[in-house]
Amino acid sequence: MAQTSTPSDMTDENKPIIEIRNFDFAYGDAQALFDINMDIREKEVTSFIGPSGCGKSTFLRCFNRMNDLIDIANIKGGEIKISDINIYDKEVDVIELRKHVGMVFQKSNPFPKSIYDNIAYGLRIQGIKQKSVLDGVVEECLRGAALWDEVKDRLNESALGMSGGQQQRLCIARALAVKPKILLMDEPCSALDPIATAKVEELIHQLKKQYTIIIVTHSMQQAARVSDKTAFFYLGKLIEFGKTDDIFMNPTDPQTEAYISGRFG
Amino acid sequence: MNRYFHHELHDLRSMLILIAEKANEAGRLAVEGFLSSDLEKTQHAVKLDDEIDALEIAIDRASVRYITLRSPVSSDVRLIFVAIKASHDLERAGDEAHSIAKRTRNILTRDGSVQNKVEIEAMSKLAFGMMKDAINCFLEEDLDLAESIIEQDKEVDRLNKENFKNLSMALRDGGIDPATQIETILISKSIERIADHAKNLAEEVIYLLTGE
Repeated sequence: MAQTSTPSDMTDENKPIIEIRNFDFAYGDAQALFDINMDIREKEVTSFIGPSGCGKSTFLRCFNRMNDLIDIANIKGGEIKISDINIYDKEVDVIELRKHVGMVFQKSNPFPKSIYDNIAYGLRIQGIKQKSVLDGVVEECLRGAALWDEVKDRLNESALGMSGGQQQRLCIARALAVKPKILLMDEPCSALDPIATAKVEELIHQLKKQYTIIIVTHSMQQAARVSDKTAFFYLGKLIEFGKTDDIFMNPTDPQTEAYISGRFG
Repeated sequence: MNRYFHHELHDLRSMLILIAEKANEAGRLAVEGFLSSDLEKTQHAVKLDDEIDALEIAIDRASVRYITLRSPVSSDVRLIFVAIKASHDLERAGDEAHSIAKRTRNILTRDGSVQNKVEIEAMSKLAFGMMKDAINCFLEEDLDLAESIIEQDKEVDRLNKENFKNLSMALRDGGIDPATQIETILISKSIERIADHAKNLAEEVIYLLTGE
């Protein structure tokens, strides 16, 4: 694998918040990820690209153990450490892990509740009931998701009445409410129009000042626009990982070159 | 909506203006060195050429990067292609300034001072005026000014032909070192080429503004 970002050349970069070593993953007998090694650094945007079925979404879902919900999911080897803790250790509390590693999905999935309650929900189940605290967090998160000015006068209206782009940004705001360190985004713009996509991309650019973001995208233009690092996956293998400038302007591996230039398959 | 990467286009425009100003300054210094027999000015012009070369490379890199990573369309694409073409013209203008400086240095080393200045002063005023106008029409998006530059080039061509005629006659009549006469012909040609590059810049601004 061509890897331009290795532990030995970390000196000029942020420290890794996620370290993946020799990671193998299977659905039953079908191995989906093969010997993945990667460092993901703090407050950077990392894009995962590759054709359908290459394992990029499976890999993303390993970071907050979403794959635990699938019976046949099986870690065959290796480890994923987040802030120096192996997240597959038996002692790790998965609920606690998912507070630190938020997730936004392809299709926006607001709760059938008010805009306000969508944000406050996560805090309420943590036992926070004080209205002044909830008000503060709701405003902070909606501002953080660049949504406050659009919805501040209708916080009690149903989130289902918002546009698709607004719903997706609400889901991002909801993910921010529990103060995660890492945000996982699985094709967050695939159902959005170009203007809503641009707004989410602007938001990603703003959020990386505070959060580490990993995004799975089928749009290579989006990966090129939003990310600091890009990883190209094919058939469950990490083919190339490095600075987005290098991956798109001068990739090392011929398979990466073929994929990003549309000469694949 | 302004995107977070649009400032990169602004930076590209700034680099283009900077290289244009440096190219114009290099040419002006080289010609002033010729007109006032001033070696120091020619040395300054030669030094500027290195900065111009470095800027051309930076503009090329930034342009290729923007095309690759930012998916530009319409006027943004035109700006990038104009930046690549214009920076090449300006780098060539810088090379001509370098050549004028070197030839002036040869003349001064050989003769001590420049004896026959023919129409270099009038010609250079026109050529550098065209270059300045080319920068301004890019900055102010002034189509009329861009079109007027193309017309001015004809007068520079006429003066160059006149210089060639006068210097050829002087060469035939003798008196001044033939090498000096030939180098003065080539200095005149370099100024004529600088005006051509200014004309190219004007045409590139017209393309940027109109798409044609």
